[in-house]
Amino acid sequence: MPMHPVRKQRLMIVLFIVVFASVAVGLMAFALRQNINLFYPPSKLIDGEAPEGVNIRAGGCVVPGSILRSKTDLAVSFAITDGKGDVTVKYTGILPDLFSEGEAAVVNGQMQGGIFMAEQVLAKHDENYTPVEVAEAMADASAKTGTSHQASCDGMDMSGNKNY
Amino acid sequence: MAWQWFHRLGSPKWFYEKTTAWMPWLLSISLLIIISVSIWALGFAPMDAKQGNSYRIMYLHVPTSIVAMAAYYVMAIAGGIGIIWKMKLSNMVMKVAAPIGAVLTALALFTGAVWGKPTWGTYWVWDARITSVLILLFLYLGVIALQEAFSDQEMADKASAILSLVGTVNIPIIYKSVDWWFTLHQPASIKMTSSSIASEMLYPLLAMIIGFYLFFTWALLSATRSEILQREIKTKWVKQALLQKA
Repeated sequence: MPMHPVRKQRLMIVLFIVVFASVAVGLMAFALRQNINLFYPPSKLIDGEAPEGVNIRAGGCVVPGSILRSKTDLAVSFAITDGKGDVTVKYTGILPDLFSEGEAAVVNGQMQGGIFMAEQVLAKHDENYTPVEVAEAMADASAKTGTSHQASCDGMDMSGNKNY
Repeated sequence: MAWQWFHRLGSPKWFYEKTTAWMPWLLSISLLIIISVSIWALGFAPMDAKQGNSYRIMYLHVPTSIVAMAAYYVMAIAGGIGIIWKMKLSNMVMKVAAPIGAVLTALALFTGAVWGKPTWGTYWVWDARITSVLILLFLYLGVIALQEAFSDQEMADKASAILSLVGTVNIPIIYKSVDWWFTLHQPASIKMTSSSIASEMLYPLLAMIIGFYLFFTWALLSATRSEILQREIKTKWVKQALLQKA
C-alpha cells in the first residue's frame, strides 16, 4: 500500500527539518572546532599557537619522573606531553587524588615564557576500570618476568586525529 | 495488511486496554533488577584500583545517561510520527517522554558531578561532553515549556515535535563528543564489540542498563496511559474505565 501523498509530503518536511538542523549544527561545530576543544595539547603550546598571558587550558600525559615537589610548601612542577612535545607546568596547591605519572591531566592557567603557570590542576581519568587484585597481579607478573611495569606515556593518544 | 497494526496503534483505547496487563509486570521486574543489581554492584563488585569505591557511581550514571539519550529518540520519533500521520497517541508519547527524559538527564549530570569532584578535582567543567548533555536537558525543558505555552493542544504538539526533531542532532554529538574534541570526560568504555571495564564490574553495569530501560518503559507507558485518560476524558470508554476502577 503506497503512502498517502499528504503524509508523504509531511514525511519530507520532517526529514528536511532533521537534515537541515544537522547540517546547520554540523557547520557551526566545524567552524568553532578549536573553541570546542577543552584544552591545547603541549605541541600546540610549543608551536606558539596558544596565546601567552591569557587564561587557557592545556592537557597531556604527566611525564614519568618529571614531578618535582618543593620541600617547604605545596609548590610542584611537572611536564605534560602529547607524544610530540613537552611543556613544564608549575603549580602551587593540592593535586587531585588521581593525579599521577603516566596519567592524563588538564591544567588551567597561563603560558609565561615557555612555562605553564597553572592555577588549577584536574586529573583526567581514562576509560579503563580494573579491580585492585587484577592491577596488583599485573604489577607482580611484570616484576617476576623482569619487564619493569612502570608508569609510561606510551600509547597515550592525546593528540589523536582530533580536529585542530 | 502491513499497515493494519500501525493504524490500530492510533487508537488510544486499544493501546490503553492492551497495556493494562503489562504494567505490574514491567514495574516489578524492573524494580527487582534495579534493587538486586544495586546490591551486587555496591556490595560485591570489586573496588577499582585507581578510583577506589567512587567508581560505583557509574552504576547510576551510565544507565541514566544512556536511557536519557534513548528517551530523546523516542520523543523525537513520536513527534515525527505525530506530524506525518496526525496520530493522537504518538503526540501523547512525545509529551510524556519529555519530563521523564529531563529527570534522567538531570540525574546523569548530578551523578557525573558527584563523581567528578573526587576523580577530576572539580564538579563541573565546560567540555564538549558535559555541555552537550546540558543542552539535552534544556531541549527536554524546552519541550515541556512548549507543551504548556499553547492553549491549543494541536499547536503545542506541532511546536514540540519540531523542537524535538531539530534537537536530534545533539544525540550523535553527545555520543561522539569525546572522540571529536579534547574533553575532560573519558572516551566510551563500552563499545559494540569490546569493553575496557573488567568483566566482574561490567556485568552488573549491563544488568543495570537493562533494568533502567525496563523502568523507563514502565514510566513511559504509565505516563502515556494517564495522558490518554486526561485527553479522552469526554469519551464513553474512559468514563466506563474510571467507573470500573472506582
